Amino acid sequence: MSAFASHDSATKQSAGNAITAEDIAGSGGKASEPVAQYALRLGDDSLMLAQRLGWWISRAPELEEDIALGNIALDMVGHARFLLTYAGSAWGKSEDDLAYFRDEEEFRSVRLVEQENGDFGQTIARQLLFSFYQYELYSALQSSQDQTLAAIADKAVKEVEYHQDHAAQWILRLGLGTDESKRRIQEGLYYMWPYLDELFADEPLHDELEGIAVRPSTLRENTMKRIEALLAEAELEVPKVTQARLSDAPRDGEYSEYRGYILAEMQSLARKHPGAKW
Amino acid sequence: MTEQTTSTENSVDQQHFDTLIADDSRIEPRDWMPEAYRKTLTRQVSQHAHSEIIGMQPEANWITRAPSLKRKAILMAKVQDEAGHGLYLYSAAETLGTPREVLNEQLLSGKAKYSSIFNYPARTWADMGAIGWLVDGAAICNQVPLCRASYGPYGRAMVRICKEESFHQRQGWEILYELSHGSKEQKQMAQDAVNRTYGPALQMFGPPDADSPNSQQSMEWNIKRFSNDELRQRFVDMIVPQAEALGLTLPDADLKWNEERGHYDYGQLDWDEFMSVIKGSGPCNVQRMQRRRKAHDDGAWVREAAEAYAKRQMQAAAEAAESANDNEEVSIVAGRASAELIGA
Amino acid sequence: MSENTTGNWPLWEVFVRSSRGLSHVHAGSLHAPDATMAVRNARDLYTRRNEGTSVWVVPADAITSSDPDSKGGYFESAQGKSYRHATYYTKSEGVKHL
Repeated sequence: MSAFASHDSATKQSAGNAITAEDIAGSGGKASEPVAQYALRLGDDSLMLAQRLGWWISRAPELEEDIALGNIALDMVGHARFLLTYAGSAWGKSEDDLAYFRDEEEFRSVRLVEQENGDFGQTIARQLLFSFYQYELYSALQSSQDQTLAAIADKAVKEVEYHQDHAAQWILRLGLGTDESKRRIQEGLYYMWPYLDELFADEPLHDELEGIAVRPSTLRENTMKRIEALLAEAELEVPKVTQARLSDAPRDGEYSEYRGYILAEMQSLARKHPGAKW
Repeated sequence: MTEQTTSTENSVDQQHFDTLIADDSRIEPRDWMPEAYRKTLTRQVSQHAHSEIIGMQPEANWITRAPSLKRKAILMAKVQDEAGHGLYLYSAAETLGTPREVLNEQLLSGKAKYSSIFNYPARTWADMGAIGWLVDGAAICNQVPLCRASYGPYGRAMVRICKEESFHQRQGWEILYELSHGSKEQKQMAQDAVNRTYGPALQMFGPPDADSPNSQQSMEWNIKRFSNDELRQRFVDMIVPQAEALGLTLPDADLKWNEERGHYDYGQLDWDEFMSVIKGSGPCNVQRMQRRRKAHDDGAWVREAAEAYAKRQMQAAAEAAESANDNEEVSIVAGRASAELIGA
Repeated sequence: MSENTTGNWPLWEVFVRSSRGLSHVHAGSLHAPDATMAVRNARDLYTRRNEGTSVWVVPADAITSSDPDSKGGYFESAQGKSYRHATYYTKSEGVKHL
């Protein structure tokens, strides 16, 4: 009767046809040294944040939120896999070589994503700053002359748009919810705010990658404008707080105390069995 | 939500219910149903939901330590699915008239049970394999017939869950496959996890038929389609060749093919241990409950904030509507018109 | 718990359109504090495997139902009116485009 009958189901499933880490590994494309260094920075940010957000699965304020935070964490692992795979192509290393067999000082993540989850408010504060920044970043990276980076950005920006929305919805609810929620989210914002500068810090690497990498300082204005507008709507104050010091080589020198703990946990099993397949 | 009809055994309602069951048709939420049917289902469906939720914990513990990024992604997706399965099942249970907060309270107070297997620890990475292959495998074996359960919402939830679970079992088997084909230590890890999980997995089907007094009624109501022992046998028959393909052994000296029965014989399970773990003496009972309670308690301020915000928005919308229209006719309750859409 | 809150979120029914050209089909329910969050939770819960291109959420208590679903005279009228269906008209068998 109906040609569509067999498809008219709310449980029809498919995997879609978006880019995968395997595609990047299989493409044979080899990143240049500076491109690899750049991909490493973005990939490490995503990996650290994935590691943090993954903790929430089974601990969120409501089951629906376990799933929401899980989705975001999963997207972050995905981005990390794309970017580390691509970075590794420069050195003949796999995503796992880079994730599991580099030491603390070899990672290039910003301190913001390494910060502790704290309560849900602190996590949402970190999500706000990072997802708004990342949205601007990937939007701009879509027009990178490096096709792999552009393709990764193209996939990632759609996902990050959703992360951004998730953070914004919660900022509004926590800011305008109860006295307690307002106090907690405001505290969370104060806690995360000092690590903003680092997101927008240019490095000599970016000079080498004109037209390929996005210069972080160019993202500041839009990111902050939108964050501040949202905070105003949520009746929250923009924290008046000193920024954490940056060294001359931002992502090379400075990292948080937390990084060591994150890696100790993340790498423990893989390092116990070097060379093993899983 | 519940339509409480006082009715005697032989009422028109009961006859209608009996006819639907006899025809192997489905009972839907607003149909009259015997109280015992409602109670049995509420208990079964909510226990099932609780098991999904508590069952997230042993695996979630390994998300941060997964030994490759691919495995990390798979495990995250899997544990996240379990939250989803819990939600599908809670929503089926809610159609029987008990709200989620009451079901949750029953879990947190220890009044409601969940699958005992999650009171065992997941000590090594190989447990991720053994849980996927054996625990999810047993669950699927149990659940496939439940897709035809007489209660519509339960059956529909099971259809969705079974579709998703098949990935869970396969990824578990694959973890063990990689381990058993890896180094000596890896293989040992896999064998050890299988040794620990085999017995409790077989016990997931419930006590032997002779000791399972409620089963008969559930079968008459077309909730259960097969007995505990029938399902257990089916599962054993399935996993023996799968274990061979893994190159691992199952820890059961009595396991052997019985030509006459056309099935594998298997050894006695330790039902005393089973009962004692159900009663709270498992290695992780306290830990699992404490973590669930903590998540609930720590989240209270967030749930309240969102609720307060929603009320505030509704109030604001109502006031806006009122001031915009002096006309009294406009009495749309804000939020009532709020069925929301995304996409096309 | 503060004065006017219970910490419990209301129930929403979720409808998913699996692809363009098809109707939204009931997928299940969930809890959310408001419509905005409900539609997001629905996306996360019911379309993790590309099951949908569009989602509706409706407050569960806003649904009016023919009650109970399958019983009584409510749907009796539609029974037996086979002349409403094309298969009732058999004389035209073999005639094309009819």
